[in-house]
Order: sequence, then C-alpha cells, then structure tokens
Amino acid sequence: MNVDLAFDLLLAAALLWSAWRTLATPDIFRAVILFIVFGLLLTLAWARLAAPDIALAEAAIGAGLTGALLLDAIGVLRGRKKP
Amino acid sequence: MIRSAVVILAALFAAALIVAFLDLPPAEIDLPAAVTANMAISGVDHPVTAVLLNFRGYDTLLEIGVLLLALIVVLAVAPREEVAAPLVASAADPVLQTLARIAVPLMLLAAVYLLWAGAHQTGGAFQAGAVLAAAAVLLHLAGLLPGWSAPGLSLRGGLAAGFLVFLAVAAALLTEGALLQYPPAWAGALILLVEATLAVSLGLILAGLFLFLS
Repeated sequence: MNVDLAFDLLLAAALLWSAWRTLATPDIFRAVILFIVFGLLLTLAWARLAAPDIALAEAAIGAGLTGALLLDAIGVLRGRKKP
Repeated sequence: MIRSAVVILAALFAAALIVAFLDLPPAEIDLPAAVTANMAISGVDHPVTAVLLNFRGYDTLLEIGVLLLALIVVLAVAPREEVAAPLVASAADPVLQTLARIAVPLMLLAAVYLLWAGAHQTGGAFQAGAVLAAAAVLLHLAGLLPGWSAPGLSLRGGLAAGFLVFLAVAAALLTEGALLQYPPAWAGALILLVEATLAVSLGLILAGLFLFLS
C-alpha cells in the first residue's frame, strides 16, 4: 500500500474519531480541546487536498480563534458558578 | 430506543447524501480553465485571490458585510457593564506576558507578509486578518490588552473601514458596466487597497467577537 493512501486513511479515521469524541465526551473542557484537535486535523486534510488557502483559514479561524473563544466561554461559565 | 432510531435515521440520511453525491453530473462549465484564461487581466498572480477579489468580488463584499453585521449583533446583545472589569495584569503569568510581548510583533509581521503574499501565492486578507485577531486575543489573554467595553469612534471606523472602502471601490467602478469590474491597468492597486483595509477590519471584527464579550 502506498504511503500517501495510508496517511489519508489515517487522517480520515482520526477526523471521524475526534469528531465523535468531541460530541460524546461529557467533560466540556475536554470537548473544546478535542474540537481544536479536530480543527487542526481538518487543516491537514485541506492541505492534503491541495487547498492551502483554506487550510490557512481553517487553522487560524476554525482551530485558533474559535478554540480560544470556546475556552473563554468555559472560563466565564466556571467563574459564574463559583460565587 | 429513541437514540437508536436517531442513529438509524442519521445513517440513512448519510447514505442518501453519499448516493446523491455519486450521482452528480460532471460540471458543465470548466471554471478552472476560465480562471486561468483570464489571469492576465485580474491584476494578481494567484488564482484564489483573483477569484475572491476580482472575478467573484461581490461574494467577498457581501461576506465582509455579513461579518460586520454579526459583530453589530454581538454589540447589540452583549451585556453592557458600566463597571469595567479590572485588568488581570497583576495576576497574569509573567512567562505568558513575556511570550506575548515577543510573539505579537512577529504575528504582525506574519500578517503583513500574508497580505502581501496573497497577490502571488497562498495568503490574503482573510488569513492576515485572522492572524491580527489572534494577536489581539493573545494580548488580551496575557492581561496586556483590556477587553473593549464600548467601541470609540476610531474603533468603529476601523471596524467598518473594510466594508466601506470595498463598497466605495465598487461604487466608483459602476461605470465599468459590471459590478466590481476593475479596469485591468488599475486592478492590482485597487485589489491591494481593498485587501489591506479588509485585513485590518477583519482583524478588528474577529478580535471584537472576543474582546467585546470578555
């Protein structure tokens, strides 16, 4: 089997697995981390599809900014629960 | 019980989507060839930038309009707290602050590079704007940049500048016959102008989604 195909299959499996774990995990914090991991894997997928422009946008907006926004939301939620 | 029914329905839907996808007829227009044939008059060397800002410029115009609208909605519903939240600078991690101080200038440089590179290779206003926004978010998380409680006049101007400049260019070019049809001699300069203001505005808008809410 050639290496490219093996890598693509691995990438697709990892994407599906991380997407499933993101939705299924009960811990919100872990879900956000998995979402960021999913975004980074998706970046790799776009790069493999020879779409570097979309890969850049996905890395910056999908994984980076959205991840930071979700983490911030968790921080606010936990801050509200405490007092 | 309900769960298994949902899983079965979702699997059926997925199967239907796959069948529909495999059933699609081949495209009737060869768009890549059309883009390649017209690259000479587009004003840039990178096909993606040519499509985004020239051939389908009105899509990008509407896109920045939608983003601006989203930010206005966020501003409308965001809680307006009169007491500004104290900046957490004193409690923030000094290592994180030092790292942010080192990283942010490099991120600004990367943003400018991405903007400039958009003319002939991968890059462009959206990526540059995202990097700018990430720099602002990093500064905020490190406690070096306070959250924006209410936008001042210059911030409002910066947020709207990308859309307004793009709209002004589109209005000025209405006499060309079609919406956003650049004269080939001016295309490169106009696209650079639009992209530069777009990058700044996008950076502010994306950062605003974060900083107005924090």
